[in-house]
Amino acid sequence: MGESVLPSPEASPESEVFVAAAREGRFLIRRCTACGKPHWYPRALCPFCFGSTVWEQASGRGTIYSLSTMRRVDPPYTIAYVALEEGPIMMTNLVDGDALAIGAPVTLVWVAAADGTPVPCFRQP
Amino acid sequence: MSIKRQGYIVGAYEHPTRKAPDRSVAQLHAEAAAGALADAGLSKDDVDGYFCAGDAPGLGPIAMADYMNLRLRHLDSTDLGGCSYIAHVAHAAEAIAAGRCEVALITLAGRPRSEGQSGTRARAAAGDAPNLPWEAAFRPVTTNMYAMCAARHMYQYGTTAEQLAWIKVAASHHAQHNPHAMLRDVVTVEQVLASPIIADPLHRMDCCVVTDGGGALVVTSASVARGLQRPLVRLLGAAETVQGQNGGVLNLTCSGAIRTGPEAFTMAGVRPADIQYASVYDSFTITVLIQLEDLGFCAKGEGGRFVADGNLISGVGKLPWNTDGGGLCNNHPANRGGITKVIEAVRQLRGEAHPAVQVPNCGLALAHGTGGLLGSRHGSASLILERV
Ligand SMILES: [Zn+2]
Repeated sequence: MGESVLPSPEASPESEVFVAAAREGRFLIRRCTACGKPHWYPRALCPFCFGSTVWEQASGRGTIYSLSTMRRVDPPYTIAYVALEEGPIMMTNLVDGDALAIGAPVTLVWVAAADGTPVPCFRQP
Repeated sequence: MSIKRQGYIVGAYEHPTRKAPDRSVAQLHAEAAAGALADAGLSKDDVDGYFCAGDAPGLGPIAMADYMNLRLRHLDSTDLGGCSYIAHVAHAAEAIAAGRCEVALITLAGRPRSEGQSGTRARAAAGDAPNLPWEAAFRPVTTNMYAMCAARHMYQYGTTAEQLAWIKVAASHHAQHNPHAMLRDVVTVEQVLASPIIADPLHRMDCCVVTDGGGALVVTSASVARGLQRPLVRLLGAAETVQGQNGGVLNLTCSGAIRTGPEAFTMAGVRPADIQYASVYDSFTITVLIQLEDLGFCAKGEGGRFVADGNLISGVGKLPWNTDGGGLCNNHPANRGGITKVIEAVRQLRGEAHPAVQVPNCGLALAHGTGGLLGSRHGSASLILERV
């Protein structure tokens, strides 16, 4: 079985703060200062009202909204959408996907991508 | 200005190739264009409007207009992924109604099979797509992004793998009569379920084919159409939209068809029950099921029961669907299914489908497509066509 390596995330001015916090083990999401709603993926303008948004630390807890294990690659990997405790549903990977199902609670785990950047994945609590 | 009854599809051509390592992509576009114009009884010099999408090489309409040496008054390169060409028919009708052009040519072509593309690997995406920093590391590919929709639909509504398999079974029943189809063997539910899992819960036979090829359409004004020798097929209703992740408030069990279906039916003044033939995009079996629900052919969550037991097989079920064998068995050129959906709807309305799958007296048809990824962000386009 081959070794699973996550592709390195693209750098972007909109993800610099997120990646810096991730290197310190903090998981950030973005919330609107006008309508108060959090969203994913993070962006400078609120996708609900175009208001300004700010970073906040999230709990890293959530439940699986959907998942699929890709079997035709070596090794298989599990992509998922996880509904964060704060509300937004985010695309991610599950590190132990075969043991999990929709509705299961999961917790954040940082996984290093090919270039060492920590990427927010999830696993059984 | 309504485009209802404004655009007439007078030419429709599906390139017969399914593997074309010896042809360029531009050549496939041009061969498809020549085929559609010949079908219409028009020549290249009659074309004054041209429509293409992201599969066109180079700078799209500029490269292709130069390659085919067209003299144009109107161009449109709207890219909604694989459903672009369904939207292009409506855009052509708009341009014709506005006097911007009179003979509109729409082309699609590509060679993903010769180039070794697969739905289990990432395709080259525009490097500056804003989602990439947040998603590319998780390896979303075509198959697993549709598979997550299937998993969620099963969880929420109890849809089963057997029900999804019936969609492939229906496509295979139709493809056996299509000499150009890539897969012509009739398959059973058991065979679909016995095919290997690609991305849970989708089996290999839940997935469409990867083919080289192309297709083209010619849309004209009423006056041009009435001077030709072809049966008259015209636009009755149309709608398009895009659907994304909605800032993280997403719903994987609904597609953009939930908006385009009602809008197109309202424009046309008909109901889903009036439709005699439906071309509905089938990148995967789950794509069909979700779109049929959203278009209103059955209630949300009822799609599994609706497609089961051969209900989509022409001559057997209530809704004859994808009678060319669709993307699941016949053809999926350029990894885009939109143009073949319109082409088979035109064949049905003209009475030119294969006799074994022809809907008797087909007067009202629907063509609907999804482009991009149902599981993250996609375009949707619906078209309702009538025989005059
Ligand atoms: Zn806001």
